[in-house]
Formats: sequence, C-alpha cells, structure tokens
Amino acid sequence: MAGFDPQWFATRGFGGHGAALGMRYHAHGDDWAELALPYDERLIGDPASGVIASGPIITMMDMATSLAIWIKRQAFVPHATLDLRVDYLRPATPGKTVIGRGECYRITRSIAFVRGQAHDGDPGDPLAHVAGTFMVVGDVAGMGLDRRIEA
Amino acid sequence: MTIGLPPYAEILRVSVELEDGAPPVLLMPFADDVLGRPGFLHGGAISGLLEMAAIAALQHALEAEGGGAIKPVNVTVDFMRGGRDKPTRAAGVVTRLGTRVANVEATAWQDEREKPIAAARMNYLIVRD
Repeated sequence: MAGFDPQWFATRGFGGHGAALGMRYHAHGDDWAELALPYDERLIGDPASGVIASGPIITMMDMATSLAIWIKRQAFVPHATLDLRVDYLRPATPGKTVIGRGECYRITRSIAFVRGQAHDGDPGDPLAHVAGTFMVVGDVAGMGLDRRIEA
Repeated sequence: MTIGLPPYAEILRVSVELEDGAPPVLLMPFADDVLGRPGFLHGGAISGLLEMAAIAALQHALEAEGGGAIKPVNVTVDFMRGGRDKPTRAAGVVTRLGTRVANVEATAWQDEREKPIAAARMNYLIVRD
C-alpha cells in the first residue's frame, strides 16, 4: 500500500480519545479499514444492562472511516468530519468486542463520502450503520478551503 | 432534579450545570483523553457529549410526565468548527415529546452559545413507566 499504511499508523497508537477508549487496529483493504473496541466497563452507558455508550462507537466509526479515506487517497491528508449519521440497529452485547468497519466509496479533491457498519462478532448481524462526509482541511490546490480549522 | 451520568461520562470528565427549570448544561473540560488531531477535540468525544446532553434534556422533560426508559434510534451530527483547547458546553432541546418517540436537538459550544462547534439531531424511542 503506497502512501498510507493504517497498520503502521495504528502501531504508533491512536493517542488522545482513541487511546482512552482502548481502540485498536483490526484489518484493512483497498478502501476500507476495521477497528476493534474491546469491552470495557469504563465505556458503559447504561449501568443497569452493562451496554456500552454510543459515544465510543461513534468515535470508532469516525476513525475507521477516516482510515478508509487515507487508504483510498494513499496519503495522510488532514481532514475534518463534516457530518456523521449513526443508526443504532441494536444494543452492543455486554462483554463482546465491537468491530467497526469504515468504507470510503467516493472521493473528490475536497470531500470524501463514507459508510460503515459495526458488529460484535457476526458481520451479518450489525449493531450500527453509519454514513458521513469528511472535508479536507487546509489549502486544497489554492482553493483556500480552510474554514474548518477556524475556531 | 438529579441527572445520572454513566461510567462513560467519566472518560469525558463531564459534569452537569443545573439551573432551575431549564434543561441541564453539560460541561466537558479539554484533556488529552478527548483529543483527536493535535490541538483539536475528537469528533467522537463531541458526539458523545451531544448525545449525553440530549438524553439529559429528555430525562428532564420525561420526569415532568412520570418518567420512562429511553432507547436511541439514531443521531446525525454536524461539525461546524474545530473544538479547541478550552472547555466545551452542550445542551439539548426536546423539539417533540410524543407517546413513543421523542425528537431532540443538541448543540455544543465553547466561547459563545450562538457560535456552536457542533449540533446533533436525535430520534429516541420511549417506553413510558
């Protein structure tokens, strides 16, 4: 894979919020990447059932779809999430590792279109479905598309 | 009223600011544990904060009607500005509270509430007590 190797990227550690959640590399292909989020009691969103919160799943899907973009672009180009929609198909099973698969199905100079699914063992029984867009930050070929990094 | 925050809220170091009668405002300090790309908040941490603010607002509204269980159906998050190295606040607004479904919006901001860094729309299923 010329330009961008997600496995190498992941061995450096996701740092920040990804590291705080315990997120790990799982697998990748030409336009997709999979991350793993091992079950951890610190991630619980519903203490009564032990089901993890949806926030960590959004974080994983944001990162998995980001990796898919950099793989497809064959370069690490900084970008910002423009929007992300998540459908919660069912609760994650307590105790099980959640796998998040992100795919970049269309890319332009400044925008990337992504989709993905999360499951906890059986890809045929997904627990979340994701669709979103990302935008390149900084100057794209002199177009001055830098509003995303302004505070 | 009391707002019960889950263990996940501790990773975000979220605390609750309560004002009489108003939906609660959630506060998330800037920390390494919520960092995305260098110098900016992770979009996932902002989303998690927005969802917690939405649920807090919904709990607040439901409590007035006898309470109920809340099940998330979906969320759409728009990211408007990068989250910088300063505290972030978020609050939810229940736009419609039906018998079985609630529509909730939430915004997150840093310096001014009128300049949100992100906003979310959520649909929730409600199982009344």
